[in-house]
This record gives sequence, structure tokens and C-alpha cells, in this order.
Amino acid sequence: MPYDSVVCVKQVPDTANVTADAMREDGTVNRGALPAIFNPEDLHALETALKLRDNHGGTVTAVTMGPPKASEILRECLYRGADRAILLTDPRAAASDTLATSYILSQAVKTVGQFDFAFCGRQAIDGDTAQVGPQCAEKLGIPQVTYLEDVVQVSGKTARIRRNVGHGWEVVEVQLPVLATVLETANQPRPPAARRVMRLKKAQTRAELTGIVRAEMPEASNEDREAEVQRRADALKERNLLIEQWNLDDIGADLSRCGLSGSPTKVHRIQSIVLRKEGHTELPATEEGARQLIRELVVDRTLG
Amino acid sequence: MIEPNRQGEVWVFAEQEDGSLHDVALELCGKARELADRLGVQAGAVLPGSGVGSLANKLIGHGADKVYVVDDQRLGHYQTGSYAQVLRELIEKHRPQIVIYGATPMGRDLAPRVASSLRAGLTADCTDLEISDVTDPKTKTDHLNLLLQIRPAFGGNIIATIVNFDRWPQMATVREGVMPLREADASRTGQVIEEKVEIDPAVMAVKLIERHIEPRKINLKGARVIVAGGGGIGSKDNFELVYDLAGAIGGAVGASRAAVDGGLIGKEHQVGQTGTTVRPALYIAVGISGAIQHRAGMEESAKIVAINTDREAPIFSVAHYGIVGDFKQVIPMMIKAIKEK
Repeated sequence: MPYDSVVCVKQVPDTANVTADAMREDGTVNRGALPAIFNPEDLHALETALKLRDNHGGTVTAVTMGPPKASEILRECLYRGADRAILLTDPRAAASDTLATSYILSQAVKTVGQFDFAFCGRQAIDGDTAQVGPQCAEKLGIPQVTYLEDVVQVSGKTARIRRNVGHGWEVVEVQLPVLATVLETANQPRPPAARRVMRLKKAQTRAELTGIVRAEMPEASNEDREAEVQRRADALKERNLLIEQWNLDDIGADLSRCGLSGSPTKVHRIQSIVLRKEGHTELPATEEGARQLIRELVVDRTLG
Repeated sequence: MIEPNRQGEVWVFAEQEDGSLHDVALELCGKARELADRLGVQAGAVLPGSGVGSLANKLIGHGADKVYVVDDQRLGHYQTGSYAQVLRELIEKHRPQIVIYGATPMGRDLAPRVASSLRAGLTADCTDLEISDVTDPKTKTDHLNLLLQIRPAFGGNIIATIVNFDRWPQMATVREGVMPLREADASRTGQVIEEKVEIDPAVMAVKLIERHIEPRKINLKGARVIVAGGGGIGSKDNFELVYDLAGAIGGAVGASRAAVDGGLIGKEHQVGQTGTTVRPALYIAVGISGAIQHRAGMEESAKIVAINTDREAPIFSVAHYGIVGDFKQVIPMMIKAIKEK
């Protein structure tokens, strides 16, 4: 039988390659200075859903929450084979912590409609919290299976999933629908399909059109710009190239649970890592240097 | 969401598997003791499982004043749903002000589910916890004795301090190995409280079919001395020198991600953000450049020695002793010096 999947994806700054120019003098990170990438584990979540569809039929819907620029990764999802992509963008969602984010995402997933599987990457590399997946599952009122490495078997409304528990693995059986968080060891994500890239590279969200029109018509009135956005959106829609876009009202979100007001945790302080050690001793790479090192380690009782 | 309860206890989720406590549960009991003393309240541990009552004394020895035991056959194997129900019900009943969990695969599966159902905050992977007064910059309100939840973020490039002003309990997961595991104090006494939770069959949605657990072969966390090799070691043959030094000095062998990814040594040896966090008495980093992700996993070591040909390698910035040179020459000289000592 066919299975419908929803995949939650996120665009993240490439924190694995932070250079000095990405740090401001006050120690905060200048996200703008970092390239924005598809969160690595989310690509594996997408691949898990696509494989399931290859084998059993059904649909794959990608959802992301973020600024208009996040539309980029939705195109990436479409290139790889997603049937549908949705951008959830709303300034009122800014500054959401993991609890508020999971609330918003769960509302978006509910709005997508019936599904059998929801997949997320285990964690996003900007926060590394791994909290949004389980919190989303709780809000959807469905079981969660974290650290998925393989969907071993699906039959009827039951799935068997192998999960990595750190020092081993286990296979669990779960009733659908289920939310699973996926590890990068789960699979090898497929590359974008050339034919789909050709067909879908012009796919855009309304938020992107708004940005483009604002840049192209700086002198125009708001009304004229809005009319131009509408014209372009209609043209894209006709060719099936308008990527869906929702705001918090579209998903029936309770605003008190979104953004700053929906976030119990607050950032109190941010410090950049200071690279310095007091009392650093450099020793020569000689026999005497080695002897001195061992002697000092014995004297301060580090070595017995 | 629960209102602040300033008389609330400081709680630890006592993670156990097959009837044996995870080290992190004991580490956290020590930390909870410290936080509870600072706040003038009691430290508690929540121990769900089947036939686990005998573990309570160990938790008391490590700092708990109270152990809430929930003994139920249905809790024999960890399940998100049932364990989350237990935690949620006990938190709602006793209203602790702080709840901490180990940032283990189990803790990171459980804590967010509990937090979401309580609509409470949760900070992941803390490396330190402190108590401090904080002024809310928005409302200018002073909040006394909040839990400062300190964690690396942004790939380890920044340290963020997180607080919850008015939506409690204050909850966090804490990375394994960052809080010291102290000796148990057998003279400590505490209270064991049996709790009953009527487990909702609907939450038992996941059935265990098969399980394969590998015993941990390498005990990096417990090692007093670690000699670790990095990508600069170059080959498996050269890694033998790292083993030789570890053997001579009586230490365990660690590795950086570069060495593991390069196939020089197994992943179970990896130290760092994606490997094991360690804080030995002595950490000798050989041919390790010291990427932030590696330093995050070892910079709490009491003494750090770095050996590297590159004078600019970031590892030197956290090292107490640095030797700029080729490990192929330096290691034999060190082994000789150890034998002479």
C-alpha cells in the first residue's frame, strides 16, 4: 500500500566551517557571513521518505520554516523528487526556541493533511539540540522513533524501524503514523535529478517574488509592486511552479505559543570561545625537553 | 507550563539500563547536590524501571536526598511514551524547580517529549550549570536564583547561557562526563519513596523486536591519562607509537575525528563533540590540530600536552605544555624519560 510522508527540513548556516570573519567583535556570530546549506541530516530524512515512496508508492511533502531564502532548500527537495514543498514563513515566528518551533511545525504538518510518516533529521547543526523532532511528535500526539538508520519493513499500518542507540541498535515495531528522526548513517542521499532541475529551477515562493520585485521596482508604489508580485505568482502557478507558502494564520497557530512569547527559554548571554591558556609552557623537542615535561608532570602529581 | 516553585527540589532523571545505572546519573546526582545546597532545597532522583529499587542507595550515596522509585514491569525496557508519562506525572505532582537529564541517546529522546508535554523549556547538551540572579532585560525584573544553563552552540563556536524566567521547571540535558563523577559517600542517608503511575496503554506504542548492545570496550571516560592521535599521525603503523606512549604512561588511547575518518583507528576512540567528552588528569594530544569540535571534548582535562609540527595549530591554545616537533622523534624520547623517572 502507498505511504504518505512529510519531511521537515531546515536551512542552516554552515557551522562546520566557521571562519574568523563570521564572528563579530562582540563575540556574536554573523550568520550572514556564513553560507546557508541544507541541514545535513535532513537530507537523509528526505532520502528515507523518497525511498519509501519508490518502494511502496505514496507522496513526499517537504516543509520548512524559515525566512524567504529558505525556499532554496525546498527547490533542492523538489529536484530530488519531493512531490510537494511548503514554506512556512512569518516574522511572528522569529526568535522561537525549540518548543515554539515544534509547535509551529506540528501545526504545519497537521495542515498538510493525512500522513503515515513524518521524518526529521536527528538534529540541525546550528543548535545541535535534537529536540524539535521529539517535541513535534508529542504535539502531534503520535509515537516517535529517534535515531532511525533503516526502515526494515512496512506492512499495513505497521513499520519496523532499526534505530541506533549509541552502543548498539534495536529494531522496534510501531503503529503508523509515526515521527522518526534520521541519522546520517541511514542512507546516501540521491543527487538532484537533472531533468527535474531543468523543469523546476524556476519554481519560487511568493516571498521570493516579493524580494525580487522590491529590488527591481524600488521606485514603484506598494500597490504596483503587489500587483506585479501577483501577476508573476499567477504566471508561475499556471505552470505549476509556484511553491506553496503559508503564514501562522494559514496553519491556525495560537500566536501566544509562537516566537518569543511562546518560548520558555531565553538567551541570557553569548560568548565566543576564547582560545588561550594561561601558563602555557613551550618545551623543546629534545631529550631534555621530554625529561623536563615528565619531571614537571611527576612533581605536580599528574603522573604517579 | 508550571509556575515557579522556589521551594521545589532539584531533580535528576536516574537513567538505568538492564538494572545498572548509567554513570551520567551519578555525575548528575553530584551536581544536583551542589545546586540544591546553593538553593537550600533537597536533591531528588527519579528512578523508573522494573526491579530497580536496589539502585536507590547508590543514588543517595552520590548526593540524592530522596529517590522516587517507580517500579513497574511495563517500565522494564525504556520506551519514550511510558517514561515520559512517569516523568510528567511526577513533575506535576511534586513541582521540582530543576530537572536534569543525561544528554545520552535515552535522555535526548525522553527530555524533549517531557518538556513538550509540560510546555516547559529545555536546554540541550549543557556543559555547565550554575545558580545566579538574572535581570530580565525586557521587563527589568530581577529574578533570584535562576539556573544558568550553559552550552556550546553553533557548532561549538560560541557558548550560550540560557535561562527560564517564569516558565518552570527549569530543565536541561547535560553532556556525559562533564560533571565529575565523585566517590560515593556510603554514610549518606536518604529517603526512598515508592511512587505509582498508572501507565496508559496507549503510550506503549513502540514494541521492541530485537536488540543488539555492544559492551563498551574502551573506557575513555574513566581513564586518568589519555594519549590521543590525530590526522597528523598519518598512518596506522605510525599510530603504534601512540599506543606505545599510552602503554608506557598507563593511559587509554584516544583519537580526533580526522584520525577516525581517515581510518587510522576505530570510532570508539573518538574524543570530541561527536565522540566522547573526557576530562582526564592528563591529556596528550599528538598530531591533533585541535579543531573546535575536538577541543570541546577535551579542554576540561586537568593537564594538556600538545605535540605538533605546526606552531600555529589551535591545540596549543588550550595546552599547558607544548612541544613543536615531529612526534616520531618526540614520542620515543618521552618513553625513555618515563622509564628513567
